[in-house]
Amino acid sequence: MSRAALLVLADGRFPAGGHAHSGGAEPAVAAGHIKDAVTLERFCRGRLHTAGLVAAGLAAAAAAGHDPLLLDDAADARTPVPALRTTARKLGRQMMRAARATWPGPDLDALAAARPRGAHQPVVLGVAARSAGLEPLDAAYAVAYENISGPATAAVRLLSLDPFDATAVLARLAADLDRVAQQGADAAARVALEGTDALPAASAPLLDITAEAHAAWPVRLFAS
Amino acid sequence: MHLDHQDTFPERHTYSAADPVRADGRRRALRIGLGGPVGTGKTATVAALCRALRDELSIAVVTNDIYTREDAEFLLREAVLPAERIAAVETGACPHTAIRDDISANLEAVEDLEAAFSAEGVGPLDLVLVESGGDNLTATFSKGLVDAQIFVIDVAGGDDIPRKGGPGVTTADLLVINKTDLAPYVGVDLEGMARDARAQRGELPVAFTALKAENGVKPVADWVRHQLAHWTADAA
Repeated sequence: MSRAALLVLADGRFPAGGHAHSGGAEPAVAAGHIKDAVTLERFCRGRLHTAGLVAAGLAAAAAAGHDPLLLDDAADARTPVPALRTTARKLGRQMMRAARATWPGPDLDALAAARPRGAHQPVVLGVAARSAGLEPLDAAYAVAYENISGPATAAVRLLSLDPFDATAVLARLAADLDRVAQQGADAAARVALEGTDALPAASAPLLDITAEAHAAWPVRLFAS
Repeated sequence: MHLDHQDTFPERHTYSAADPVRADGRRRALRIGLGGPVGTGKTATVAALCRALRDELSIAVVTNDIYTREDAEFLLREAVLPAERIAAVETGACPHTAIRDDISANLEAVEDLEAAFSAEGVGPLDLVLVESGGDNLTATFSKGLVDAQIFVIDVAGGDDIPRKGGPGVTTADLLVINKTDLAPYVGVDLEGMARDARAQRGELPVAFTALKAENGVKPVADWVRHQLAHWTADAA
């Protein structure tokens, strides 16, 4: 394997559609929940330990070679609101296109054929990581990092936040990222014996509610 | 008339967009991108093109807005095409990213439109127009997304824009200089603009338009017809 493949996969410029999404930051900014670097950090920490943890478990399990269709069902079960399911599948489809172009392989082809409209993005990312020769923990890292780097970038655009401050927020969350990625990988390691119920199912009800409301905004900068 | 790019339809490299041929052996629809600064008349050009060509061609449009669906809604209000022929892509405040650096959402929109029309038996699309949200002089379309691109500027933005150049002005397959009817009111020398454009673009074509005038889009529509003839002939 090449560990450097992780840098390609986790690069914010990886062309898989993430740039058009704020990960819930846009409604949080509008509601006044994110207004500076301190509140951005709080938002990101909350998101990382809920949505981020769930995504890390799914991605690690997919990277370990578990059935992506079962994991896709598990992702649906952990994503109660339609707006976020739609977003996850849309981004999964975009990730699939990018992954098949960069690390082509039979696992990706099979999943693309079974879910032509897109599987959940963390599942696709996990299969992509496997196709790139990466480990489950690597996939967990990539997905968990993206989970907070997306909102941080969006906050820079939405609030004209100092980009150095936003990047420092991500750096301050590094230890949390380590923990969440490891928890995701540990849970994924139990899937073989316990099934997908072993995967984290932390929820963030406010993110769910605001995502659903945001999807109905007539004017917005970000798709989600 | 002017010459075209020597290599007008370079091979595409984007996964699943790579094959310019449909399953039935026919070429897929020609994809033309329209970019340019804010307010120069991109959406008006798209609307006028649809009106001029919709009786002879099966057309669909993909819009890339800064805010969600403004341009798509303009096209719907103007009723230039039925709603099922218009798709809006959301760009996260960065239209140039969605047309150049990360084209995945646009490719999906184009492919979904193509698939919908192939499946419904209405007959496949001939032409897909991909419109960028207003951006700056460096915004260009990826060759993985479109087969040819039009860059739209206007005389009211200043007659120095062709001289300033930038990737849009210098490399677009067609440069459209719109709102020529305003030239006398803003003190713009159209011949000077033409000279500057030629200096930047060599033999690549330039079309001067006044979309408010009767059939004002004709030079652009003729160019599109020419591209399409080229595209279809290449398939044979």
